Amino acid sequence: MGGYILKRILSAVPVLLGITVIVFLIMAMIPGDPATAILGSYATPENVERLNRHLGLDQPLWQRYFTWLGNLLQGDFGRSFALNRPVLDEILDRFAATLILAGTAFVLCAFLGIAAGVVSAARQYGPADKAITFVVILGISVPSFFLGMMMILLFAVKLRWLPASGMYSIWGGGDLPDLIRHLTMPAFALAVVATGVIARLSRGAMLEVLRQDFIRTARAKGVPERRVIWGHALRAAMVGIIPVLGIQAGFVLSGAVYIEMVFQWPGVGRMLVDAILKRDILLVQGGVVFIAACYVGFNILVDVAQSLLDPRIRT
Amino acid sequence: MSLFLRLVFRNRLAGFGAVVLGLIMLLALLTPLLPLHPPNETNTANRFLRPLSEGHWLGTDHLGRDLLSRLMWGTRLSLAVGFAAALVAGLLGAAIGVIAGYAGGRTDNVTMRGIDMLMAFPYILLALAIVAVLGPGLFNALIAVAVVNIPFFARNIRGVTVGIAHREFIDAARLAGMGNARILLTEVVPNIVPVVVIAMSTTIGWMILETAGLSFLGLGSQPPQADLGSMLGEARAAMITAPHTSIVPGAMILLIVMSVNLLGDGIRDALDPRLRSGALSRPMAATRVERTVVPPAQGDGLLRIDALETQFHVGPRIYHAVNDVSLALDPGECLGLIGESGSGKSVTALSVMGLVASPPGVITGGAVRLRGEDLIGAPYEVLRSLRGRKVAYIFQDPLSTLHPLYRIGDQLIEAIRVHEPVSHAEARRRAIELLEDVRIPNPAERARAFPHELSGGMRQRVGIAMALANDPDIIIADEPTTALDVTVQAQILALLDDLRRSRGLAILFITHDFGVVAQLCARVAVMYGGRIVETGPMAEVLDAPAHPYTRRLIACVPELGAGRRALAAIPGLPPAVDDLPPGCAFAPRCDKARDACREGEIPLSGTARQVRCLFPEVAP
Ligand code: SF4
Repeated sequence: MGGYILKRILSAVPVLLGITVIVFLIMAMIPGDPATAILGSYATPENVERLNRHLGLDQPLWQRYFTWLGNLLQGDFGRSFALNRPVLDEILDRFAATLILAGTAFVLCAFLGIAAGVVSAARQYGPADKAITFVVILGISVPSFFLGMMMILLFAVKLRWLPASGMYSIWGGGDLPDLIRHLTMPAFALAVVATGVIARLSRGAMLEVLRQDFIRTARAKGVPERRVIWGHALRAAMVGIIPVLGIQAGFVLSGAVYIEMVFQWPGVGRMLVDAILKRDILLVQGGVVFIAACYVGFNILVDVAQSLLDPRIRT
Repeated sequence: MSLFLRLVFRNRLAGFGAVVLGLIMLLALLTPLLPLHPPNETNTANRFLRPLSEGHWLGTDHLGRDLLSRLMWGTRLSLAVGFAAALVAGLLGAAIGVIAGYAGGRTDNVTMRGIDMLMAFPYILLALAIVAVLGPGLFNALIAVAVVNIPFFARNIRGVTVGIAHREFIDAARLAGMGNARILLTEVVPNIVPVVVIAMSTTIGWMILETAGLSFLGLGSQPPQADLGSMLGEARAAMITAPHTSIVPGAMILLIVMSVNLLGDGIRDALDPRLRSGALSRPMAATRVERTVVPPAQGDGLLRIDALETQFHVGPRIYHAVNDVSLALDPGECLGLIGESGSGKSVTALSVMGLVASPPGVITGGAVRLRGEDLIGAPYEVLRSLRGRKVAYIFQDPLSTLHPLYRIGDQLIEAIRVHEPVSHAEARRRAIELLEDVRIPNPAERARAFPHELSGGMRQRVGIAMALANDPDIIIADEPTTALDVTVQAQILALLDDLRRSRGLAILFITHDFGVVAQLCARVAVMYGGRIVETGPMAEVLDAPAHPYTRRLIACVPELGAGRRALAAIPGLPPAVDDLPPGCAFAPRCDKARDACREGEIPLSGTARQVRCLFPEVAP
């Protein structure tokens, strides 16, 4: 087991390197003079010149890549020009908020999606299945940002149940219940699409598994149906569901961008959009590498979970 | 093509999606011709007019622009961008996939590595990075969304191409001297078109959503031009005071994406043959029963099957899998039930405990009485409590019949604990004892093994141990030795015989091979085409088979245990049970068949030995 985890971690190294290469190349494709892009068109020629030297833009591409990579590895993501502070500090300040939002949404979509898929499969063609299938189609078709806005209109403006935006109340907030009240709507809005996708896939995986011989064996043993479905069948179906959870985690993590805009959530996503609009390239670059690396890390966890579940992988 | 359309429209939701999407697209195409206000004409005096206002059906936005007009123009733009992105992603992705898959080797390797790297990014993040570089703008958003979706297509198409590239017709084309480019265009591309269409139809909704999303963030279309996403983004500031300016574009996105998705599902189902058959339905907890008359008990005994009828209902077709089958089993007795695959023997056995997969299986008649109590149509809880406790099953191929992810010890423990409230430790002790009973060496250690870690023979012993877990009265063994080699087969048979003697078990042994049960069973019943064609004491039937089919089955057992070749020795095929000929089902393959055989129902005649034949080999 330990060996497997180690192997999986090592196999992530080339992926991480690949990610840095891709991000670096994309950023290197910025048309025109990057220094001007960073400083804006009002920059003086001296400033541009200085920045170019500072960024090492007078060096060949590969050399610039390795300098940049070396700095990354030492935790130096460069400096944000718009915010005038180190990129990494800004990211770390905001990442916790994104993690809380995306993490909650992920847990929601995993549980709701799998449960809906299992129920739907177990009652195939029944009213519950039809209802779930309809809601799922709706869920995967609705733009999360539109859903978020409608939720604000209904629950914050009309019913006044939940706060419309932010992470904590400005006055007197800051404790856990306050956070939960602020988190509820954005987490749901973010979870909806992934819930639909996971439900759909879980239904398919369950239908596939329920036709297998070992399900008949469980029934022939006299195992109660509830346990056949939620135990034997779901366990086997999870082998197909877990990789999808990994993929959906990526959608949730990056879909947080929209939700953070709608709910004014102080996370990395909003930071990225601001940075793009302000052409704060180093901040974008650092943010993208950071989030992608986190996602790679998460996928290692997914694979380890998979190997814990399925003894046939562990070798 | 018309078949394809029929298939798509058979799915009512897909038809709905097609109609809605068609309407929206038609309106989008006609937009320049419609009598609408110019979409960018501002009129600040008329800001935020409510829907159904004079001259503005959907009201106006924060600059007093006509919402209906903006909605139509925005829809036009969003649709165009979404479809364009899908087309670009689909074509480029397919091209990369085809080339990688067809070239193989290094090209394939390097390309796919690159694709994997791209897929390591969270989806929208990469699009953001691309927009960051290219700068905000609708065309740049289109590029970003298309690029982000290329890996998905490339990977799918590559997989399909690899499959095609190794087929004979490709080799043949190569031998015929066709160039690579021509082979790709004439042989490969036509085969992957459906896959590309499926992939596009299922992702186009995503692409519309994503471009709308980028526009919503202000990274897509720039004012005054507006697609649906940027309309929504601009309306957000006034969301609370003038919600209609948000709802109108948002609802339109929802409507478009939903109809695209519904239609996409329909197209996928129509093009994907595996889904088309509708085979993907799950069996219920117990076989469906639709029985009108309950036949009277023909006598007593441990287990009596009376006039059982089990059918498969697939669409409009009805397969008569089991037709008027009656059998009896006494304590400690072994009854062999023999027939080719498709004869209905397994369905008969599974009907006893309601384990026939349903749908499509339906028990339409007859009774199964366990100590006089009728089980057909019994409440699920009654059936469940009998399953494994009174009547246990052993199935063929224990690799697929044991749960692959549970340790065998845990599967045994579960078998015990679902019927008896014993502690986990006690159940474990008994599980290990059971493994010992079926002569598995090192039982305590083996209990921790997973099924795939055992040999076929060992696995089948586990299957037997599981059947014995609750000391049942009856074991129904459905071809338990077919997947095993001859020596292991003999061991398993000896084990079953021992257990029968020592525990007084009744065994219903199902097989296609007389050789397997000749030693084990005292009585035998032979099935053909869903009916019993001969029954009697094993020794007598073996000595002097009365039914021509039985004679042939026996004749082709070369020696004990090596019966796997037996089937080939009877010329002709077993009948399709949805279309049984009148009269004797065996007539087409019988060398003694005469006209009389094909005329009417042939009864099962005789008492201790029964046979269903007009011209039996020996008098019953
Ligand atoms: S009834 Fe006629 S066709 Fe059928 S088995 Fe007997 S002899 Fe052959």
